[in-house]
Amino acid sequence: MPTASNYAKPLPRLTPLTQPFWDHAKAGRLAVQACGECGDLHFPPSPVCPKCLSAKQEWRTVSGRGTLMSWVVFHRAYWDGFKDELPYPVCLVELAEGPLLATNFGRGMTGEPKVGAPVHVVFEPATDAITLPQFVVD
Amino acid sequence: MADTIDLKNTAAVIGVGTTRYGSFPETDDYGLAAEAFITAVGDCGINKNEVDGLLVCRIPYYARMGEILGLNPRWTMTLPGHGRMSGMGIIEAALALATGRARYVALLYANIGRSRRVNYGGEEASGFWDPWGLTSPGATHAMMFRRHAALYGTTTRQLAEVSVAFRHHASLNPNAVMRVPITIDDHENSRFIVEPLRLLDYCLINDGAVCMIMTTAERARDFKKPPVVIAGVGGQESYDNASIANFDIDFWYEPTRRAGEEAYAMAGISHSDIAALMCYDNFSPTVLFALEGLGFCPRGESGRFVEGGALKVGGRLPMNTDGGHLSNSYMQGWALNVEAVRQVRGECGPRQVRDAELVQFVEATPCCRSIIYARG
Repeated sequence: MPTASNYAKPLPRLTPLTQPFWDHAKAGRLAVQACGECGDLHFPPSPVCPKCLSAKQEWRTVSGRGTLMSWVVFHRAYWDGFKDELPYPVCLVELAEGPLLATNFGRGMTGEPKVGAPVHVVFEPATDAITLPQFVVD
Repeated sequence: MADTIDLKNTAAVIGVGTTRYGSFPETDDYGLAAEAFITAVGDCGINKNEVDGLLVCRIPYYARMGEILGLNPRWTMTLPGHGRMSGMGIIEAALALATGRARYVALLYANIGRSRRVNYGGEEASGFWDPWGLTSPGATHAMMFRRHAALYGTTTRQLAEVSVAFRHHASLNPNAVMRVPITIDDHENSRFIVEPLRLLDYCLINDGAVCMIMTTAERARDFKKPPVVIAGVGGQESYDNASIANFDIDFWYEPTRRAGEEAYAMAGISHSDIAALMCYDNFSPTVLFALEGLGFCPRGESGRFVEGGALKVGGRLPMNTDGGHLSNSYMQGWALNVEAVRQVRGECGPRQVRDAELVQFVEATPCCRSIIYARG
């Protein structure tokens, strides 16, 4: 398993705001931020709720189910770490609970993805500390 | 809209200037901006010391710009080097003029992205989604185009019509960077950057600068060229998914519609009155999105609307007659506004649109703006 020092691709910038997301992912859970006042679910995490401005923000595990909104294939590496993977796909998933995530197709994807397809989360360890949530078509 | 100041025909563009476009490592933002300013001053014949408003965009330090040009204005505004700032800046200048904060505003934009090797992705545009490899505005436009294609059946050959028409215009523009005509097949055979978008769907990256000089409609009559007035303006932001930069799941449809309707209502006109449309075109799909948002065609039908060379001069809706960002120059909307002024003046030579009395600018971006230019 790579560590941060020998992993070539970009790693997340860990902050008090984002750390819980990565902790949940490492434990095999997909979580988004939930407002402790009004219940709004949002992602990426915010210091306050975009709906009611409450600073009382919590993390909630979601179903991991969603809809494939779109996907693209990079033929250019904007980071050297992606050069060996070209061409690589990136997709956009709307979670059943609402938030929109940019992510990758996970292992076990077969066939041409279709916009609108139902998808579910899988977890791909990247380093000893970071696990990336990815998605595959059901 | 009773609670807003009616800006209709209150502000005018009196002078415009554009530099050569290319790669100019021997100069910098300030040098290029000064060149554009001198051209705009010559275009209208103003005494530069009359300029008492300064708006700069993508220029590092407004005060250094003022020092270089020998200006100590009463009003200054600085905007970041984001593509969506041109429409915003021009409207803010119109407001400053309408409220007397300035009498003559110089708006300056400079870009040195080519000679300084700007990439618009990766390390220089770090964001939350980097670990999954999502970066660059081209990628998010590719994301939107794939969705548009899936929802409405839009094809890449239809998308090619945008690039082909704008390249045709660039071939008629001696100052454009890319002047060799292309075909739909050339587009289809160009290499993918972020699939489904190809090289010919991407704007250029080049150095250059643009200047506009604006004043009130009354004062505008005292200068060399016939004034071009701003007949209508509109705007609407869309920040809901801003962490996915340069992206809107709904193609900026609603904000573009609102910006357009506000501008049409202020000008008292409708689509059929527009002789030419200048559209922010960082990537070809945004042209389709703008056409739908403004209502030139029903939702989902922009692909069919642009077929058959519809966007060329002489076609049903001439667009980006200077070649746009795709083929003329990546001046982030500013050169398109200058082109609108030149079309209304009738200065465009072989690419002149007939009876160009009303020319519209639009940007379908997280900050949608539309401006309607008219003969003063």
